[in-house]
Amino acid sequence: MTSDLQPQNANQVDGEIGRPMTSPETFATYLVMLGGTVVLLIPFAWMLSTSLKPLDEVYAYPIIWIPSRLVLENYLDVFRNVPFGRYLWNSTVLSVLGIIGNMLGSSLAAFSFARLRFPGRTVFFIIMLSTMMVPVWVTMVPTFILFSRLGWLDTYLPILVPNFFAVPFFTFLLRQFFMAVPVEMEEAARIDGCSSFGLFWRIFVPLSVPALATVAIFSFFFHWNDLLGPLIYLRSQLKFPVAMGIASFQSEQYANFALMMAAATMALLPMLVVFFFTQRLFIQGVVITGVKG
Amino acid sequence: MAILPATRRARREALEGYIFLLPWLIGFLLFTAGPLLASLYLGFTTYRGAGAPEWVGLANFVRLFTKDEIFWQSMKVTALYALGFLPPGMVLGFAIALLMNQNVKGVSVFRTIYYLPAVMTGVAVAVLWGFVFHREFGVLNSLLAFLNIEPISWLFDTQWVLVAFILMGLWGVGDGMIIYLAGLQGIPTELYDAASIDGAPRLRRFWNITIPMMSPTLFFVLVTALIRTFQIFTTAFIMTRGGPNYATYFFSLNIYFTTFQSLRFGYASAIAWMLFCLIFALTLILFRSAKWWVFYSGEKEEAT
Repeated sequence: MTSDLQPQNANQVDGEIGRPMTSPETFATYLVMLGGTVVLLIPFAWMLSTSLKPLDEVYAYPIIWIPSRLVLENYLDVFRNVPFGRYLWNSTVLSVLGIIGNMLGSSLAAFSFARLRFPGRTVFFIIMLSTMMVPVWVTMVPTFILFSRLGWLDTYLPILVPNFFAVPFFTFLLRQFFMAVPVEMEEAARIDGCSSFGLFWRIFVPLSVPALATVAIFSFFFHWNDLLGPLIYLRSQLKFPVAMGIASFQSEQYANFALMMAAATMALLPMLVVFFFTQRLFIQGVVITGVKG
Repeated sequence: MAILPATRRARREALEGYIFLLPWLIGFLLFTAGPLLASLYLGFTTYRGAGAPEWVGLANFVRLFTKDEIFWQSMKVTALYALGFLPPGMVLGFAIALLMNQNVKGVSVFRTIYYLPAVMTGVAVAVLWGFVFHREFGVLNSLLAFLNIEPISWLFDTQWVLVAFILMGLWGVGDGMIIYLAGLQGIPTELYDAASIDGAPRLRRFWNITIPMMSPTLFFVLVTALIRTFQIFTTAFIMTRGGPNYATYFFSLNIYFTTFQSLRFGYASAIAWMLFCLIFALTLILFRSAKWWVFYSGEKEEAT
């Protein structure tokens, strides 16, 4: 698999570390890298192997790494025991709507912070950055009371609605990207009589597809994994997303290794696929928010 | 600061600025500032979700500090976890980034693999690790058996359970790697060249160039990791529910169970504010300490 986990200026070889290594050094480097790889991948390998094993090999000792025959029975059992297909669908709905909300709200606010001048902009920006430090735990109780007063318990609204109101992290990421759009483009569009909204919609959004995609990916990972929101607000099993489904499934089936591993594998698979196909954007996002901040 | 913009165009732009900002402004008021103030108020009341909150003054906080052993326990285990995880996590994460910055073939494949556990988080991974730590059939004990180490009941032994959480945390240590790598590649090559010409040995170049130049990046990663570590929830909720005997009853679990199991909304708000104050104080200390060890090359030239 070709992968590209290189930060932006990867072509630049830096003096100290990029100098040619002697062959024993190269050998040692590979050895360490491989050792780490084995350690990091063992849990995943074990998960996959367990999920595909016939029952008598699951609890065998020493561990049988390669099953004598591959059984998909465990996967089918997951669907027989719980409405797992429904969970997958629910997670998809929550993720897609969450992503749309995040992209919409955050990009509007980011455009304002990056390109429009108004009194108090810096103060608002600093306030926004400092809210990233506020733990969810402090706002949890009043937010829960608010949503239950609105009669939104056991609906997706409490989980989805806040996402449409500019999440600080995404707003920051997009703002950094919008700042880099050349001023000349903006001026040219203004002279042609483009309104601020036109500027945003016809120039900044199309130019920022990579940044928006980065937001979409982070947002996907967040929504796919989110446990706290569903845990607080959802009651009916048929509304559970995968994370919540597995959490409740786990308390009944804790002893059933193969079944749980099959469920975990299926929950992780979409993330794995997204990660492999979007690494470059993923990394770019981390770099933009982390280093250039 | 809030001077009215002079020209009509500027006024128009300001108005548009606020309109575009609305999603954030409304969200900030409804979901951050409002709840923040409300929970501060609730912290001084007893409230069980029905009727009106009853003002009790400092009673919640007095109780927290003087009578509530569970609160101190959750403070203790959260701090122990942070102390046990952050230092090795920082060192290991940086070491991995240095390793991944080597100019060898196929390094990008390794980078992907090392980053993978950091990306794969959440319930499924917590379930997986719950099994990894299983006493009889878990993969960790069966590997330790090769070293003739007796099986450890990781998640059911108060002595070992935090170690288990730290090990699991270290598995995802590739998290900071990408940021470090970007930082490492931003160090000007000339610095190393000059040092080589002056005959500075390798370790010295690392200590006097790499570390100071990387200190802002290290600082950033440390601050974000600290804020996150103090809020650990999902893994503990899935793997132990705070047990055994409150040994992993982290701050977040304490707040969660006080809210949704005991329905003591006022008391839970008081605990949540203590967590907020703790995180705030620690972050402040870190920022204060920055001037002693974080080197911003743009600001002052003193070392060179």
